[in-house]
Amino acid sequence: MSAPASPTPIPVATPEAVAGGRRQDPRRPGRTRHPLPRGLFAAVQTSFLVLIGLLVLVPLAAIFLGTFQDGGQIIRNGLSLDLDFSVLSLDNYVLLFTDSGPYFRWFANSVVLTAVQVVLTLLVSSFVAYGFAMYEFRGKNAWFISVLLLMTVPFEIMMLPLFVLVNDVGLADSYGVIVVPFLAASVTIFFFRQYFLGIPRELLEAGRVDGVTEFGIFFRIVLPIARPALAAMAILNGMVIWNNFLWPLLVLRSSEKFTLPIGLNTLLTPYGNNYELLIIGSFFSLLPVLVLFLLFQRFFVAGMTAGALKG
Amino acid sequence: MDDGPTAGPPLATGARTATATAGGGGGASPLDGRGVTRRRPGGRSLKDVLYSQKLAPYFFIAPFVITLLAFWAVPLVRTFVMSTQEVLFGESAFVGTDNYERLWRDRIFWQALFNSARYMVLTLVLLIPIPLVLAVLLNSKIGSARVKAVFKASLFVPALTSVVVAGIIFRLMFAETGTGLVNQALALFGADPVRWLRTDTGGLVALLALAMWRYTGVNILYFLAGLQSIPDEYYEAASIDGANKVQQFFRITLPNLKPTMVYVTTISIYGGLAMFLESFMLYAGNNSPNNQGLTVVGYLYRRGIEENDLGYASAVGVVLLVVIMAINLTYLRLTGTFSKEGQR
Repeated sequence: MSAPASPTPIPVATPEAVAGGRRQDPRRPGRTRHPLPRGLFAAVQTSFLVLIGLLVLVPLAAIFLGTFQDGGQIIRNGLSLDLDFSVLSLDNYVLLFTDSGPYFRWFANSVVLTAVQVVLTLLVSSFVAYGFAMYEFRGKNAWFISVLLLMTVPFEIMMLPLFVLVNDVGLADSYGVIVVPFLAASVTIFFFRQYFLGIPRELLEAGRVDGVTEFGIFFRIVLPIARPALAAMAILNGMVIWNNFLWPLLVLRSSEKFTLPIGLNTLLTPYGNNYELLIIGSFFSLLPVLVLFLLFQRFFVAGMTAGALKG
Repeated sequence: MDDGPTAGPPLATGARTATATAGGGGGASPLDGRGVTRRRPGGRSLKDVLYSQKLAPYFFIAPFVITLLAFWAVPLVRTFVMSTQEVLFGESAFVGTDNYERLWRDRIFWQALFNSARYMVLTLVLLIPIPLVLAVLLNSKIGSARVKAVFKASLFVPALTSVVVAGIIFRLMFAETGTGLVNQALALFGADPVRWLRTDTGGLVALLALAMWRYTGVNILYFLAGLQSIPDEYYEAASIDGANKVQQFFRITLPNLKPTMVYVTTISIYGGLAMFLESFMLYAGNNSPNNQGLTVVGYLYRRGIEENDLGYASAVGVVLLVVIMAINLTYLRLTGTFSKEGQR
């Protein structure tokens, strides 16, 4: 950090220090820091934040209420916050747990696929990032710039030729095709590299002296102390992979292999007769991520802001 | 798993490491690793390779290099090649710039490009200033910290929903009947029901509402991270020099937020121009009245996947790639991001 642009730097940044500094300045005795009195400003700000915070939850409240209503009605009339207690029932929940067809199959597919892909992505991406963070080698800059460039190339452009390729080699309808192209994920590599840059090199030297191989140093010394980074990236990747839609939609053919988003999408047809399942299934698919979020909020924030940190 | 903590402390200082290395007493293997480059290449054993600091980085970045070549470079080249071909039923014939000429005269393509560009610009206008102001509010010392924490969590929740589910919810909230949530809200102000998804403007409003719902909280987090990296001393100093809050915002906050701003803008340009799923879910498919919800990627999907005209769809893809790269590279150049990256 460069020095602050002031003639007299203030080492401790407390409101008291500022107030003290201001009192000593005779030229500006009556200057207030806010046009409104502090208390009023805080009250206005708080009610503003509460209002927006509630507004944001309205769509989720609406779908939650929808789970107690007739699906066909909702498709015809739209979602609203109306509460007509005479039509509310738990029928949809009974349906979900007794007669939801392949829904829980899709759910299980999504859980397993997400778990496997997250673990593999973390391993592969951190492995690559370690190479960029800890070594000097020929072509390093060029390769790293291609990591950065990949972050701005939309996958949607690659999807067509990849789709053709997958069909040509007969790999359609397989999970491998969904997972493998994204294991070395550029955003994740970038994040891990930033994290590894902060690890003292002496630790690696220590490992070398103890006779650990270069790869042993990564797996046995560096990865275990990178737990916070692993947690943040697990959550960020988990979120994205759980909601992954376009590529699985192209690749997967058979209903028993569908993931949740793909399965739910098939229920949203004009000729559907399973709108109850569409509504409650949509709501239910939100729960795993919401629960994880409530449990691990700080990791979510760390993961989301990963890319925006200063390099 | 406990290797880190136990191996770390005893040798954590450079001096001790150096003496230990110089002593070279324990095992010869680490020194072998250093010396490996001085040997003839033919004399390498597996052990030498595992200990070689010269070779290790290439193994480490190999998965990325393979991914880059197999899943990005090859498809990219293939896209360029296919865009000069007519590909039908597995037969491809070279047609030169035919696809691009057709594209140039294709009014639906221009409409899709216009729709994507309009969406991108409007999301930039909405999803940068509003989250920035909210982030500054959250970062100020005034107000209850608990309220702010709950606010942050609540605004982040929509980002956790998949576009599929969010699209289903918004489609049903923007129902054209008087009983849909949004029309009910309008009725409170005495307005008649709007046929949201049937009109161009209505559909755009629904699309932007969906985007704002999902991404405002995320962008707030980005800006908060940036704001918190600005040292308090800057503000203290400015305050002593007599700068008011507005001056502080423009003279200190904005300039210091530049890296965050560059990042958020870059991903918003990318995300806006490549938007597809939001529209796909909102209109329950790739078809909308008069193509009002069609985006470039939607058009690529329609021609390539739905109509199996791969050559033409590839040309759409190439144009999209060129547009996104041109805008982003120009923007990154103007903001000087590349020169900074090169210095590292």
